[in-house]
This record gives sequence, structure tokens and C-alpha cells, in this order.
Amino acid sequence: MNALRRGLGSSLVQAFLVVVGLVWLTPLAGLFLSSLRSAQDTARGGWWTALKSPGQLSFDNYSALLGNAGMTQAFWNTVLISVPATVLVVVIAALAGYAFAWLDFPGRDAIFLLVVALLVVPVQIGLLPVAKLFGQLGLFGTIPGVVLFHVSYGLPFAIFLLRNYFAEMPKEMLEAARMDGGSEWRIFTRLVLPVGRPAIASLAIFQFLWVWNDMLVALLFADSSAQPLTVELQSQIRQFGSNIDVLAPGAFLSLVVPVAVFFAFQRHFVQGVMAGSVK
Amino acid sequence: MTATLLKEASPPTVTPAGRRRRARRRGRIVAVAFVLPALLLLGALVVYPVLFSVGRSFFDASGTRFVGGDNYTEMFRDPATIKAVRNTAIWVVVAPTLLTGLGLVLAVLVEKVRWATAFKLLLFMPMAVSFLAAGIIFRLAYDEDPDKGVLNAAVVSVHDAFSGTSAYPAARAREGQGLTKAADGSYGTTAPTKPGHTVGLGLVGVLPADLPQGARPAYSAARRTAASDELRGVVYLDFTRGGGGEQGRADRNESGLPGMRVESLRDGHTVASATTAADGSFRFQDLGPGSYTVRLPASNFAPPYEGVSWLGPALVTPAVIGAYLWIWTGFAMVLIGAGLAALPRDALEAARMDGANEWQIFRRITVPLLAPVLTVVFVTLVINVMKVFDLVYIIAPGPVQEDATVLATQMWLVSFGGGNNQGLGSALGVLLLLLVIPAMVFNVRRFRGSQR
Repeated sequence: MNALRRGLGSSLVQAFLVVVGLVWLTPLAGLFLSSLRSAQDTARGGWWTALKSPGQLSFDNYSALLGNAGMTQAFWNTVLISVPATVLVVVIAALAGYAFAWLDFPGRDAIFLLVVALLVVPVQIGLLPVAKLFGQLGLFGTIPGVVLFHVSYGLPFAIFLLRNYFAEMPKEMLEAARMDGGSEWRIFTRLVLPVGRPAIASLAIFQFLWVWNDMLVALLFADSSAQPLTVELQSQIRQFGSNIDVLAPGAFLSLVVPVAVFFAFQRHFVQGVMAGSVK
Repeated sequence: MTATLLKEASPPTVTPAGRRRRARRRGRIVAVAFVLPALLLLGALVVYPVLFSVGRSFFDASGTRFVGGDNYTEMFRDPATIKAVRNTAIWVVVAPTLLTGLGLVLAVLVEKVRWATAFKLLLFMPMAVSFLAAGIIFRLAYDEDPDKGVLNAAVVSVHDAFSGTSAYPAARAREGQGLTKAADGSYGTTAPTKPGHTVGLGLVGVLPADLPQGARPAYSAARRTAASDELRGVVYLDFTRGGGGEQGRADRNESGLPGMRVESLRDGHTVASATTAADGSFRFQDLGPGSYTVRLPASNFAPPYEGVSWLGPALVTPAVIGAYLWIWTGFAMVLIGAGLAALPRDALEAARMDGANEWQIFRRITVPLLAPVLTVVFVTLVINVMKVFDLVYIIAPGPVQEDATVLATQMWLVSFGGGNNQGLGSALGVLLLLLVIPAMVFNVRRFRGSQR
């Protein structure tokens, strides 16, 4: 009797979770199928009609998109923004994280508390002053400007994460290295970085996705020649409905990279997002 | 400087204490070199902007005149900003609560199936998708046209499955041909009739192309005679293609209207109802003697159900919150799941031994033990929800934007999007910062606690 009830309960749970899973999958499937349909088919009926007549589906929208100079430029801009912003954050934060964990300098602990406090500062508050500053420096509208902004607002979390990870290293290990006469730079590159690799990987993935997916910062700081995919697509939202054959493949293209990163580095990804959630 | 040079020049004379001091100074210089890039960027692009914004928020739109707290009082006078504050409050209350609840339920349930990992991966994946792409995804799903938006397609088909579709939304009766329209949209026979009669109910306004398949001519059915205890009739399209035919009479080629609901009334009460056959005929049997009217209820003529206006002014905020749930539920589930895995197994086992059922265990043991994790999830979500921008900006269509606006979008609109009031914009930015200060204090406290 009990076993029967448990069996029934478990199949109910399974059914419920299957439904939830389908609900989660449907919007994404809808975007993908929409991205494969012509404007005429889209005007005639919803994407689900393609399940009955798969003849509607083709990659024509994608080849049109790749032939569109603005879109390909935007795609490369996204890469040119995300990769340096990730590398710079990792390098700068690793240096600072090591210093906060193991080097001695005046005001170290107070400054680190300030960094912790900066964790939750919303980017919105920086938009206007930094825009003015960049205007004076000639960085406004350029890719380096966007990168610098992302690096700065990624740093508090990055330093926090790496400093805490580095601080867990056994003290004896570092002292032994210092005894052997290694310079701090040598210790940093030969010992600290390899030991910190898991944390650095999580940080890099988190930061890469954060920047790749950003729209707000680029919306303000990137002019039309520097704008990433998100801003390029956003500029076409106004005509929503008539241009689904452009928006749907564009959106799909923009999410393929992060989702691929997600599946390739699931564990690091989940850890990075978990740790970064305090932002 | 000279002293250093001197010392460098004569190393043997340096005392051990001096060497240690020198090593320490060198160490400090190295340390500063390590932190300098980070501190420069943080100082110039984060700390300075915060201070600048705080100062700027006390000046007027052009930044020339000091206005004290006017921008802050303006914030709670300007209807658009009040709306943004209200919507942000709704977001902060609703989204984290729903997400924590949903995450908890799913985290507990997913433990019971063997494909838990696949399920977690699927629900977590939207975290990798940009708000922009998610916005486009949901703009598509929420489309009001049931032939475009999957949500309304589902809603309409469920609605139609339960309450049926009306086949003749455009049908109507000609004036003075025996049918009278009631206030509720139904048609009733003008003159009373009685058992033994056959009535003809002629309608117009149906295009021949819109006739249901299988509709047959009503001519012969209209001529059948009724028995003394029954009432017969026919509902037909009072229109002969190509002209000809007589109004108010079922002519030879005129089609019946199948699937029409028909009711017979006596003294204002419905006593029988029927649905017309392929030739439009119906009959009510076993009627007592007396005077009846025949009625075509309004449901026959109801306009087609169009679904829900998800992105209309009333529902746009819940709709955008729905999209947010799609993105963040996996996060809540995985974080709570990790807390669940760390629960002491013996407490749960002991409760099971004592005969507690699953619900009691959940209520009395799991939830109280998980409280710290739930708090962390909730606080994290609150911080993130307060800054929500892209989703609202993308999903809410232009005209509805002001109904959906939140603090972050309002700050954007006021500062850069046409408002061009950077004083008020800065004040909104400062308000956002003030709202996350409790989280800041929480973080600093937690960190200092962990260092002890």
C-alpha cells in the first residue's frame, strides 16, 4: 500500500517535472523555429505550424544575417569587447587579490573592506559621470571605453573572489617559496596562478558572460561603429513584429556562444554564477 | 633619495635592522605595484563616479544651479517616477518571493527523480542567455495575436475547448422578418408559436465561403410538418447566391446553418434546447400545449475569443516578471538544492522513522533547517531585481513602456532618453545605491565575521 502510494507519488512528481521542463524549453524552441522561417510564413501563422510542415524551415535568414555588414561587425565588436574585458579583469584582479591576501602594505584591510562594499554598487550610478570623463579623454563611443567600464565594475567581485581563494593557500607553501629566494612576481606566476586556476576559471567564465550579454553599458558607451550585437538588435526592436526574420536569428546567434560556454564548462559556470550572485 | 643611494653604495656597513627595514620597504613597493592598476580603475571609474553622482543630484537639470533636495522631492512628485518606484516595489516583493518558493519546491522534487542533473541543467541554462535575447524570446511568446504568440495560442485553444467557438460571429437577422434581437445579443421569434408548427429562422451576414463544410440546403427541412407535440424549424441563410429568392423564406438553394444552438422558451423560461443539423433543421419533442418562442442564444454570435493582452498596460509588469522567472528559477533551485544536500540526513531519517509524512517533514524540518540558505537566495534576488533594466526595456512595447517602468529604466530615460535631466537622473541613481546599501552592510559584516 505504502509502496503503491510512493510509486504513484513519484510518477506524479515525474509528470510535473516533465511539464515544467517543457515549459522551460518552449520559449527557446519558439525562438529557434522562428529564426528558421521566412517573413511570409511568420505573417501567416505561429512557429508551431512548422512542426506540421517542416518545409518552412531553412537557414536563409542566417545567410542573410551573415551577409549583413552591420550584424557581422556587431558580432565582432561583441568579441572585441568581451575577450579583453575578461582577460584584463582576471589579470588585474589576480594581482590585486594576491596583494590583498599575502602582501603587506599600509591600509590593506581597510581598502579591502571598501572593495567588499563596492560589490553591490549599481552600474547605473556610474553611467553619467564616466560618460563625462570618457568624453574628456576621447574614450566615449569607443571599444576601449566600453572595455574599461566593464573591467572597473567587474573588479570588486573579481578581487573579492580571488583574494578569498588565494587566502586559503597554506602559509607554509608561500614561505617555502620565499625562503628559496623567489621574487614576488615569480611566486605569483609560478605558484599562485596555477593553484588558483579553478577560481580563475569560474571568474573568467562569469565575467565573459556578463560582458557578452551586456546591453546597458554598450547602449551608452558604444557609438554605431563600436556597438555589440545586443545594441544592434535592440535598435531594431522598435519594428518588432515585422522583422522577426532578423531579430530571431540575431538573438539566437547572440545566445549560442554563452550557451555553448555554459554546456562546455557547466561546473565552473555554475560556481561562477553562484559566487557572483552577490553582485 | 641621497640616503638610499649612499646605502646602495656601501652595503657592508648596513645593520641587520636596516636591511630588514629596506626589505620591508621594497616589499611595500612591490605590493603597491600589484594593487595599483585595480585601485586606479576602481578610484577613477567607481568611487569617483559615486561621489560625483551624489553631488550632482543636488544640482538642477543643466548642472549650474544648486537646488538642495529638490530632485529628491521631485522624484516623489513626478507621476512617472512614482510609477517607477511603485513598479520596483512590486518587483522586489513578487519576484524574489515567487523565485524562492518555486526554487524550493523544485529543489525538493527534483531530488526524487533519476534525471535530476539534466533537469537542473535545463533550468539553469537561461542564466547564460542575455536579457536582450530573453526579451526577444518573450516578446515573441507574449504576442497578442493567437497566430503569433504561443501563450495566447494556448490560452485561446484552452478557452475554445471549454466554452466552444461561435460559428457565426457576423450573422444577423433582417429587420421585420420574424426575428427580434434582444439586448444580450440573442435573437427570438417575434410572434409566439406552438407545437405542431414549423418555423423558419432566416439569417444573413454569413459569407458563403464561411459556411461550415457539409452544410446542406434547408429547403426540404423547412417544408416538413411537425407532429402535434413537437415544434420543428430550420435556421438558414436567407440569401440566394446570384440573386433571386424570396426574403423570409427558405428557397430551393438556400443553405441551412448547422451547429446553431436553438432554445424553446415558454413564459420566459427555457424548456428545451437543441443544435441544428447539417440542413439547419431542429426539433423539440414532447412539448406540452401552449405558446412558445424560439430563441437563438447570443453564444452563437459571440465574437471570437482573442486571448489575453499580456503586454497591455494592466499585465505588462506581471508578464515581464514571468520572463524573469524563466531566467532565474534555475539559479534559486540549484542554490537551494546545494543547501538541501548539506542538511543532516539523520534528522530527516529520524522523522521518517517516527512516521512523519513527506509534507510534515518538508514543513517542520526541511524548511526551518534551510532558512539561512533561503535568506541568502532571497537577499541576492532582491539586489538583482532592484537593478532590472534590459528585460523591461525590451519586452514592454513603446506605448506601454511608461506603465512598465522601473527605477533603472526611469533613471535611463530621465538622464539619456529624451528627459535629459541629469540632476534628477543622478538622484535616481543615488536612490538605487541607497536601496542596495543594506546589502552592502550585510556583505561587509559577513566578510568581517568570516575573518574572525
